[in-house]
Amino acid sequence: MRIGVVTFPGSLDDRSALRAIELAGGVAVPLFHGENDLKEVQAVVLPGGFSYGDYLRCGAISRFSPIMESIILAAEHGFPVLGICNGFQILCESHLLPGALTRNADLHFICADQKVSVENTNTPWTRGYAQGQEIVIPIKNGEGSFQCSDETLKELEDEGRVVLRYVGKNPNGSRNLIAGISNKRGNVVGVMPHPEQAIENLTGPSEDGLMFFSSILKELVG
Amino acid sequence: MALDTVKHAQENPDAAQPYKELGLKDDEYASIKEILGRRPTSSELAMYSVMWSEHCSYKSSKIHLKQFGEKAVMSDALLVGIGENAGVVDVGQGYAVTFKIESHNHPSYIEPYQGAATGVGGIVRDILTMGARPIAVMDPLRFGNPENPDTRRVLPGIVSGIGGYGNCLGLPNIGGEIVFDDTYQGNPLVNALCVGVMKHADIKLATAHGAGNLVVLFGAKTGGDGIGGVSVLASETFSDSKPTKRPAVQVGDPFAEKVLIECSLEIFKEDLVVGIQDLGGAGLSCATSELASAGSGGMDIRLETVPLRDPSLSPEEILMSESQERMCAIIEPSKLKRFMQICKKWDVTATVIGEVTTGTRLNITFNGELIVDVPPRTVAHDGPVYNRPIAKPKYLESLKPVSVPLPSTPDEIKAAVLKLMAAPNLADKSWVTNQYDRYVQGNTVLSQPEDSGVIRIDTNTNLGVAISTDANARWSYLNPYEGAKLALLESCRNIATNGAKPLAVTNCLNFGSPEDPEVMWQFSETVRGLADACLELGLPVTGGNVSFYNQTGTVAILPTPVIGVLGVVDDVTKRTPMGIKPNQDIYIIGNVDDNFSGSEWAHINGKQIGDRSPVADLDMEQRLVKLLLEGQPLFEAAHDISNGGFAASISEMVMRTNVGATITLEGNVAAELLAETPGRVVVAINESNTNAITALAGKYQIPVRRVGSTGGNSLTINGGAISIDELREANTGVLEALFG
Repeated sequence: MRIGVVTFPGSLDDRSALRAIELAGGVAVPLFHGENDLKEVQAVVLPGGFSYGDYLRCGAISRFSPIMESIILAAEHGFPVLGICNGFQILCESHLLPGALTRNADLHFICADQKVSVENTNTPWTRGYAQGQEIVIPIKNGEGSFQCSDETLKELEDEGRVVLRYVGKNPNGSRNLIAGISNKRGNVVGVMPHPEQAIENLTGPSEDGLMFFSSILKELVG
Repeated sequence: MALDTVKHAQENPDAAQPYKELGLKDDEYASIKEILGRRPTSSELAMYSVMWSEHCSYKSSKIHLKQFGEKAVMSDALLVGIGENAGVVDVGQGYAVTFKIESHNHPSYIEPYQGAATGVGGIVRDILTMGARPIAVMDPLRFGNPENPDTRRVLPGIVSGIGGYGNCLGLPNIGGEIVFDDTYQGNPLVNALCVGVMKHADIKLATAHGAGNLVVLFGAKTGGDGIGGVSVLASETFSDSKPTKRPAVQVGDPFAEKVLIECSLEIFKEDLVVGIQDLGGAGLSCATSELASAGSGGMDIRLETVPLRDPSLSPEEILMSESQERMCAIIEPSKLKRFMQICKKWDVTATVIGEVTTGTRLNITFNGELIVDVPPRTVAHDGPVYNRPIAKPKYLESLKPVSVPLPSTPDEIKAAVLKLMAAPNLADKSWVTNQYDRYVQGNTVLSQPEDSGVIRIDTNTNLGVAISTDANARWSYLNPYEGAKLALLESCRNIATNGAKPLAVTNCLNFGSPEDPEVMWQFSETVRGLADACLELGLPVTGGNVSFYNQTGTVAILPTPVIGVLGVVDDVTKRTPMGIKPNQDIYIIGNVDDNFSGSEWAHINGKQIGDRSPVADLDMEQRLVKLLLEGQPLFEAAHDISNGGFAASISEMVMRTNVGATITLEGNVAAELLAETPGRVVVAINESNTNAITALAGKYQIPVRRVGSTGGNSLTINGGAISIDELREANTGVLEALFG
């Protein structure tokens, strides 16, 4: 099963995402922002980082890259996409996901081992988790506060599209403690925490993040 | 005014030049004239003035620093020594690791965010220049009184700058220090360390070989930032309209640097460069003269080809600009096309600005006019060398012994521990370190607050490296010779505590004015101590940095030699962390004495410093390192005893995993609790290993004592019980309250 990871200029967690896919048993395929060729991957991860230095707005420039044209088109037809951190921001800028990620409430970059609950296991990226399962994965961002209109918030909640929710103290001022959401169809998921940095106990706070990658692989095998 | 060409200089030999404003002394200016056989052009003057500055030439420190070479042990591990951008050591399995520490103190005081940010950027480029992928950074910091409003101006900006730049580069920040002392009030210290990894075959050097090879400038365009003192020249030569407000502190663009890193690594992978140098202090002046000086021939540069952000820059300013995120490569003409393709892929501007020649001179033209014609070595390496006067400081004659409270009852012990752990120097630093990404790259095995940072470098074999930086400036103040040795030993002990074998040393020597003989004495004693200790321990010094003039008026900072030690961990899965688990026995390895001089306990009781530094016991410390490495399989947890003594170490171990401990100290209880006698480590073992640890202690002739066991919800020392919640309440939130 081939899963792509896009490297934008300024992507940082691209190599970690590639490694996570391999650890989960998949074939990890590096993709480059400047090409529109998806190289026959069956799903794609937009990794964390500071694409284009977060200049203008996080993700605002990357959404116009050639690879995103292909991804947006495919996503509208059900192609699975996972955006992590900066990848989530790119998905919002691309209007594949609603809302926006704004500066953390305390105006600082925050790196922390964050407890979140998996609220929606009905996506290809989260099907392996138990509904309501609490997991610990790192957050590391300066602009992770999820904001959206009241109407959108209601829609997300009513349709069960909140994928991850922070447990305990709100780390960044996100509405309804939202840490991750999906589109209506469920194939596009954006999360602020970094599952690819919680794949080994040696280097992360847990191995809880690996299930994102195992889930999609299982899904693709069918 | 017209361009000051070489011809113009020859025809107008007596034109007055602002060499004093540029920081050159009369005799230095005279020697430039002697080297050139004429007066320098304004561009040459600019180059010499900045390359012969203290910062670039090490003119006051050079005669001392040569001890690192003279006393050096022959180390097979050393692949590239002092003199290149950073030293390189062999860590086995074909891997080479390069690491270095540098200061960015003065810019960070003036403009905390950008000063600190570009400090990270500069050291990262030094590491990249060696051919290595940067894999981690660390930041030892020193600040003035935490209550002082100016500290509130400086600290948050510096922390944001380090995070803002390092996080955006994708470099995990794995450690460092934050120390407060009043002497740093007008001179905060911002030292930045970077470590990088490569294969042996990929090592790159800063050299320009091969006549006909091209000089390529790539990265950011050149702007007017960081020109500093050279504006004197600009105002002399150009009077008409140009931007007047220019920052003397460089402005960082971490995104440009991140792209430059990926671009450079791809270029290195295809072996497209003969030599490479980054542009840092002194910009193009430094890069061209150093590359040419280390090469076999001369170099021609066409300065008008340098891409500019600000088209009004004069040639002198282009030569001096310290605009960040730029590199200079020497490449064979046949490889230019591929080189340019890679740069285009990453949207990195790259321009051929000159070539290597068969001659011996560095010639720089501007629109066809010769404005620089110098022997490159005279600029880069043959700067002045001073043997500055040295005098043993008078303050050493009036030192007073420490007089501190000596807690002994349960209540006194409890109060002392809570007071100590709430002191800014020992308070929880997570408000700072949580602003740094410690996870990125996915190889961080240990990071702050552990004793050292441990990074995996091979995911298959689990080979890794550990790094720690340390300084005890108060001991250096009392005895700089011993202080330097003790800092080195602490750094070695820190990495050995986590299971790493010490391999190489870097240093950042932060001092007051070298023109003060007493400061110069502190400096010379420091270098002598460090060189002697490295020789005895068999550790090579792979490079370092000297920062002088850290003083406000006549008050110098405490002498602050920050020593970084790098070690190898053969299998990072076996590292020993500091967190304890229930039902373990706690042991103290090593003996305490009753000297409180330089301790945190003395500092928080009336800011006393005391009268005598400990004396470094190199023989014992070497045995201790061996004991720690051999005993590693026995240790469930381990933590060095240093700042704050045993009280701080056990408190930190308890809070790390929220597991309590019950401790019984005997003998001189106050000293056991609070003295900072070096050469000690706290370890936790399972009871079944009691005989093994005793045997190990016997083998290495180091005393080992069981002082208690783990479990429960409180830290209880000689009956004084502190709940973990109480301890955490005292220890956390301190920095946030001050700076948040």
